[in-house]
Amino acid sequence: MGKDAISNQIRILRFHHNEMTQQQLADRAGVTRQTIVAIEKGNYSPSLELAFRIARVFGKPIEEVFQYDDKQ
Amino acid sequence: MSYQEKKVFVSIISSLLIFTLYTIYAVNNAEEGSITSASDFSFWGSFILVLLPVSIVAKIIIHIGFVIFNKIAANEDEPSFEDELDKIIELRADRISLHVFFIGFILAMIPLVTDLPTYFTFLLLIVFGFLSDLLGRIAQLYFYRKGV
Repeated sequence: MGKDAISNQIRILRFHHNEMTQQQLADRAGVTRQTIVAIEKGNYSPSLELAFRIARVFGKPIEEVFQYDDKQ
Repeated sequence: MSYQEKKVFVSIISSLLIFTLYTIYAVNNAEEGSITSASDFSFWGSFILVLLPVSIVAKIIIHIGFVIFNKIAANEDEPSFEDELDKIIELRADRISLHVFFIGFILAMIPLVTDLPTYFTFLLLIVFGFLSDLLGRIAQLYFYRKGV
């Protein structure tokens, strides 16, 4: 299972939430900005707990924020 | 470059500087024949025992200097906590460090069972101790840039 198998809509969701900055999202999710940058770029697949926290920040179900591509 | 990347980069440079400068100092101040002596290993013992505290103190000073300089230059505060990505990267880097040191430890045993001079054992332990730290940091930098 490669890390590229999990994609996300964080960048778009940030834009639709009053152009929330990466730092603001990081503060609300309880991580550093570096981690949000890595997740957005697809360089890091977050833990299930962090994925839920990020989804909760946007008020969305987790599957609307993160998608798993099972074609691989 | 993120704060974490800058911090690791500074750590790599400071490790290189501290080890190089201390090695030059220790070799220049060593007593005649003490480095290659086959029976007296006090040079190697004192090298390791002094290097550890010197390295720790120097790294703390350099880190404080970096935090102050970074605050002035980039107006960026040090993150007050380590999150899951930091911890995963640290664990992976530590694993690489451990493997490198283990290889060095095994290699360091070879002079004890062959005709090679015994001081090679200490030399290999010190070199691989340094390399394990350095490669661990480089791995950390790589994981921050390329992801885990």
